[in-house]
Amino acid sequence: MSGHDHHHDHDHDHSELSETQLRVRALETVLTEKGYVDPAALDLLIETYEKKVGPRNGARVVAKAWADPDYRARLFKDATPAVAELGFAGRQGEHIVALENTAKWHNMVVCTLCSCYPWPVLGLPPVWYKSAPYRSRAVADPRGILADFGVTLPKDTEIRVWDSTAEIRYLVIPMRPAGTEGWSEEKLAELVTRDSMIGTGLAKDPK
Amino acid sequence: MNGAHDMGGVHGFGPVEAEPNEPVFHADWEKRAFALTLAMGMPGGWNIDMSRFARENRDPAEYLSMSYYQIWFVALEIMLKERALVAEDEIAAGHALHERKPVTRVLSPDDVLKVLHRGGPTERETNTRAAFKVGDRVRAKTIHLLTHTRLPRYVRGHAGVIERVIGCHVFPDSNAHGAGENSQWLYTVRFGGRELWGADGDPTLTVSVDAWEPYLEKL
Repeated sequence: MSGHDHHHDHDHDHSELSETQLRVRALETVLTEKGYVDPAALDLLIETYEKKVGPRNGARVVAKAWADPDYRARLFKDATPAVAELGFAGRQGEHIVALENTAKWHNMVVCTLCSCYPWPVLGLPPVWYKSAPYRSRAVADPRGILADFGVTLPKDTEIRVWDSTAEIRYLVIPMRPAGTEGWSEEKLAELVTRDSMIGTGLAKDPK
Repeated sequence: MNGAHDMGGVHGFGPVEAEPNEPVFHADWEKRAFALTLAMGMPGGWNIDMSRFARENRDPAEYLSMSYYQIWFVALEIMLKERALVAEDEIAAGHALHERKPVTRVLSPDDVLKVLHRGGPTERETNTRAAFKVGDRVRAKTIHLLTHTRLPRYVRGHAGVIERVIGCHVFPDSNAHGAGENSQWLYTVRFGGRELWGADGDPTLTVSVDAWEPYLEKL
């Protein structure tokens, strides 16, 4: 590609983005002028998902399930109230199911049709979760997906993929790493990554 | 509809590329498009299934060429225009030009956290009995609707096992088109990897989907 073409493409992309930026701004102004939206409510929605709700919530659930056998039992029996015990509930987490990873099977969650994801415990999904490569391959080649994430599981591990086609939201409870006996929930939570709760990763090794 | 959104099993998209330390939003307009979509649900009067259909109901080439929040934003514009809450000339002008249509409720800052915490549960009471029980063998029907459905193409025509009877839930196929909630029994159905993908499929793989009773037939 010549330098000229490259420059042209760049301008083209840039103007397309500007077009969306301008339209979003225009629509917000129109909706505000008509009294349909309150900009302060928009700011609070953004702040909530940018700063408050995120995978640290889910990590607390997982750490508690690792450390507290009674909580673990409640979580696997009915996750929605168990998650709500920690204050996490609501939009895109109205009906939560916790999936247990074991030495015999590994769970992985996808939404092939759109981007369903348990917001109250994981926040908004990352771009890759919503992307065509993940949505297309997770249900057919989950080991290939795991390889993209640098994860290799034993050949005989059963792979259980969950396609979130309804309003049930799935949270993977990764296996507790060895060598963490007696750890506090706070310390355990540091080992729980977002990807380990989607099933594209494992909990961090404490060593 | 058999749209580009129904991606399970499609080839050629390449590897998954995760962005290290990814921000929640990648641009200011994404934040505003996200918040506008959430805030307009209440005054707009649409439901989540209508939103999903507005996003997926487009030329496949267009769907695949747009970013996630671009799709959200275009769907929001469509739903607002359909309900005559906003007109194209107003977006072009960047100002309200037409009379305000009355709406039932506007989301106030005081209500934001309450509304998010409440969410929108979809389970409903029912007097009907579930047609299937755990362990039953079922087949996902072969259907090709022009309208909204949540039965992905890659399971249609395939046999699976009822893994869980979830409860009675709002039926998106009706709810997306203003035909009421028409709640139906919802099940988790598990399919074997080789049933879905043939002899070359991963023998250690199972795929579970949540499927409403009208999607299934008993085997």
